[in-house]
Amino acid sequence: MARVRFTPHLVRFFPDLRECEVDAVSVRDAVRELDRRFPGLAAYLVDERGALRKHVVIFVDERALIDREALGDPLGPASSVYVFQALSGG
Amino acid sequence: MRGDTLLLGTRKGLLIYERKGSDWRLARVAHSGTPVAYASVDARDGAMWACLDHGHWGQKLSRSRDRGATWEELAAPRYPDGTEISDGFPVPGTERPRKPATLRYLWVFQEGGRDEPERVYLGTEPGGLFVSNDKGASFELVRALWDHPSRLDAWAGGGRDQPGIHSIVVDPRDSRHVLVAISSAGVFETRDGGATWNPRNRGTTVDYSPTPDAEVGQDVHCLVACPAAPDRLWQQNHFGIWKSDDGAANWIKVSQPEGPARFGFPIAVDERDARTAWVVPAKGDQDRAAFAERLTVCRTTDAGATWTALRNGFPDEPTFDIVYRHALDLAGARLALGSTTGNVYWSDDRGESWRALSHHLPPVYSVRFA
Repeated sequence: MARVRFTPHLVRFFPDLRECEVDAVSVRDAVRELDRRFPGLAAYLVDERGALRKHVVIFVDERALIDREALGDPLGPASSVYVFQALSGG
Repeated sequence: MRGDTLLLGTRKGLLIYERKGSDWRLARVAHSGTPVAYASVDARDGAMWACLDHGHWGQKLSRSRDRGATWEELAAPRYPDGTEISDGFPVPGTERPRKPATLRYLWVFQEGGRDEPERVYLGTEPGGLFVSNDKGASFELVRALWDHPSRLDAWAGGGRDQPGIHSIVVDPRDSRHVLVAISSAGVFETRDGGATWNPRNRGTTVDYSPTPDAEVGQDVHCLVACPAAPDRLWQQNHFGIWKSDDGAANWIKVSQPEGPARFGFPIAVDERDARTAWVVPAKGDQDRAAFAERLTVCRTTDAGATWTALRNGFPDEPTFDIVYRHALDLAGARLALGSTTGNVYWSDDRGESWRALSHHLPPVYSVRFA
């Protein structure tokens, strides 16, 4: 089970969002499972093609996601995933 | 009554003002911190709609049924699998690279006609018009417009990278008759509820192009129709102001060649008198600041034959305000405008005199009375 943590900025839109474990072999699988638990969450992370949004960042085991287009990066049973965003603007 | 509530879509959220006596009071801030590209009230049922432009999380659509107290997020429209856009600016005779279409911006919300209470429209970048027939529970791309043969070759971005549908005019006499304006493509019309579309740009010119009279590729900034006389249409265009007396079949240029009524973004038309319209002039496309560095509203009452500059109440000092295409509205004799400099002004006398609502707001993207 991969362990997923989230930026607190997402809690504003998904008040029940908490660190959790998902049974997934890839980041794409994990996002699909997270969207099942928190309906609508995937649309905050990826566009309608499934590509990671430009200013969203996902780290897998402390390494930035490689496949931003299809989220094919594999997850191991002890992987840690961190979802956050690049803050910008004024 | 309509005109006593003012919705300001700003870079920092939706600001809802209520009229109190002879002044305005900030009643509520909704979506605080989130850029609100557009917000308006569906005149049929009073629902408040907001198009949100989250920097990180994408474009979201939100609705309130209690005047902004609580909001529900609706699924934003999705570009269907296989839809493509052209990248870059069109060059005649060359094919631009194609990319998958994804939703980039929610330009405008527009409710359908009175006789179709479940229908709402969204105009978006990159050039898709979406329609819902269940009040926003689901949206579908209007394929006939998306598949118009001109789109991949002749539509371009204007300001933003990709074409945007920013104006949607539903004919109050016939809800199946709809006009949209696309920057940069021009005005398109359907008379059969969206099944077929045709460009309606005869008379407008795109002066930077080698083919200024092109049927498609016109740079309309904002399109409005007089509710009481919908065949009189007005457009603020990149290259001036045009009117139509025949439902967009022909366009007649009515701007002042040397300004001030020439370049700008918004245009508003009187609800009953189709000869009366207002614009907020800017210097020009290469210097996007208030005309002559003085915030000015120009009004015509003779269908564009003459324009009067209205400045009573605006500062008599250099101002650099730009008023975006959705940031001017009217309700009866009342007008309001908001600028990217965070100034909001209102008038109760058709623009003869203006008072400041605030000088300290975030950049204003849309101003709509409710």
